Amino acid sequence: MTRRSWWRTAVGILLTAVMLFPVYWMVNVSFTRDSDMRKDPPNLFPINGTVEGYAAVLHQQLPFLATSLIIGLGTVVLTLALAAPAAFSLAKLRPKGGGVVSFLLLIAQIIPAIIMSMGFYTIYVRLGILDTIWGLIIADSTLAVPFGVLIFAAFMSGIPDELIQASRIDGASTWRTFRSVVLPVSRNSIVTVALFSFLWAWSDFLFANTLDGGGTWKPITLGIYAYIGNNNQQWNSIMATAVVASIPAAVLLVVAQKYVAAGVTAGAVKD
Amino acid sequence: MTATSSQAPSAARARAGAADPTAPTRATRSRAHRRAQWTAWGFIAPVVIYLALFYAYPLYKNIDLSIRHYTVRSFITGDAEFVGFQNFAAIFSSSTFWPAILNTGLFVFVSIAFQFAIGLALAVFFFRNFRLSGLLRALFLVPWLLPLLVSASTWSWMMNSDSGVINAFLEAFGIGQINWLTSPDWSLIAVLIANIWIGIPFNLVIMYSGLQGIPNDVYEAAAIDGANGWQRFWRITFPLLRPVTAITLLLGFIYTLKVFDIIWIMTRGGPATSSTTLAIWSYQLGFGSLLPDFSSAAAVGNVLIVIALVFGLAYARVQRRLEA
Repeated sequence: MTRRSWWRTAVGILLTAVMLFPVYWMVNVSFTRDSDMRKDPPNLFPINGTVEGYAAVLHQQLPFLATSLIIGLGTVVLTLALAAPAAFSLAKLRPKGGGVVSFLLLIAQIIPAIIMSMGFYTIYVRLGILDTIWGLIIADSTLAVPFGVLIFAAFMSGIPDELIQASRIDGASTWRTFRSVVLPVSRNSIVTVALFSFLWAWSDFLFANTLDGGGTWKPITLGIYAYIGNNNQQWNSIMATAVVASIPAAVLLVVAQKYVAAGVTAGAVKD
Repeated sequence: MTATSSQAPSAARARAGAADPTAPTRATRSRAHRRAQWTAWGFIAPVVIYLALFYAYPLYKNIDLSIRHYTVRSFITGDAEFVGFQNFAAIFSSSTFWPAILNTGLFVFVSIAFQFAIGLALAVFFFRNFRLSGLLRALFLVPWLLPLLVSASTWSWMMNSDSGVINAFLEAFGIGQINWLTSPDWSLIAVLIANIWIGIPFNLVIMYSGLQGIPNDVYEAAAIDGANGWQRFWRITFPLLRPVTAITLLLGFIYTLKVFDIIWIMTRGGPATSSTTLAIWSYQLGFGSLLPDFSSAAAVGNVLIVIALVFGLAYARVQRRLEA
């Protein structure tokens, strides 16, 4: 280690600290007592802290967390089931007209969610599936399916054709080839797509608020929003909920950082 | 991967064997071809149906809403009167229209400019591997992974006029209280700061992988020619990053145009229209009040879509050119 690179490390730590300050502040406020909340200047550390905020989360937010978990997992299953076979076909079977589908999937990602939510709202009102969990799962999956096909197709086009032909010659049907040859080697991309579709469904606020605003089972984002909307001044409870709602993101970063980076760059950078 | 190497030769052998002695006739080959096409489309069919049901139909509904006069009642019964472009004429002449267009333009342009510049600078900084660089770079992803609602609420409290930590910090330097979220002069800047913070990681990661794609010998050649660091960046790094830059900026454009959560949580587009973008305006009209005006909301939404599509097509073109 030269002197110069130590200097870089120091600057790097400083930059990271500045960047992550809001995250630290969220944690700090979540432990702050109501009586200290409006102190000027505010406490920089949770000295004389409290866990009241987290107690409130345990009491009031558990059903919201459970709902978000179900919606997240449902979205993952739906996204994988739709995206993986389609991507396999687009990347490896290459049917006539497949390019049009790829193009439509690109265009689909451009449509703002606010417009989708209005369309879904009209349809859901008619069908009477407003405020249902699976209505929200379908809506949330639209955030991830085009992205999923893109990631899978990018990955699967790298699988050697020989591998697929070998399986065909051994007498396996296309479906069998897909299931027992293509899917196992695509494990990394499955993880990436699953992670992102879960995270997006978990984080969704717009669809939740427009399509599930009156439901009995609401996701955690609406739990936080209800706190804020009530002009609630208990910022420790709000921030404690925010901390808990951030857990999936934290787990993701620790467990699967390389998949996250893969997801961010896929589609934007060609090797 | 061992499976690949052991099976590939046998596959090639099998293919060669199958080719000559019993060459299939033209008819059977075209039948097999047709069947392969059907199978291939069978795999795609669910997504095509899905696109039609959950993208095309809501989009169609949106257009339908914008060219009819929907009220809360006709929304349920579905017999709204056809009014053509009347809703569009109404939103174009609304006093919110120009502020919304201007705010959207400012929000998108300033966000992208800062996100990209900071992201690129950080990518260049982290590209020199130093102790802890990998860990720190990973930590930089956090803002991007947090639910937007979480980030927006945190920034709201940090920017609180009386009790926010940002004003406390500024006061320590003798700067008076800034009403970040409640002053029409500051609200757009406030949501911009939060949005730039959220977008930096995305730009950092993409530009970093763009840097990885530049071969090392180009730099070595430049070093031999005596180029300094500044010249290396502007004459080599920056031009070679151009394709990645184009994609990053276009993706940034499309994402930023859609931004809703952050602004809605922090300012609800206010005070008055000072931070109202097209997405916020559309939501306000459709869901923001007790008397929803879905037709106007849909008309605003369609304006947003047209803007997004124009740039989206540019994106698709760049993407295709890169793939070619």
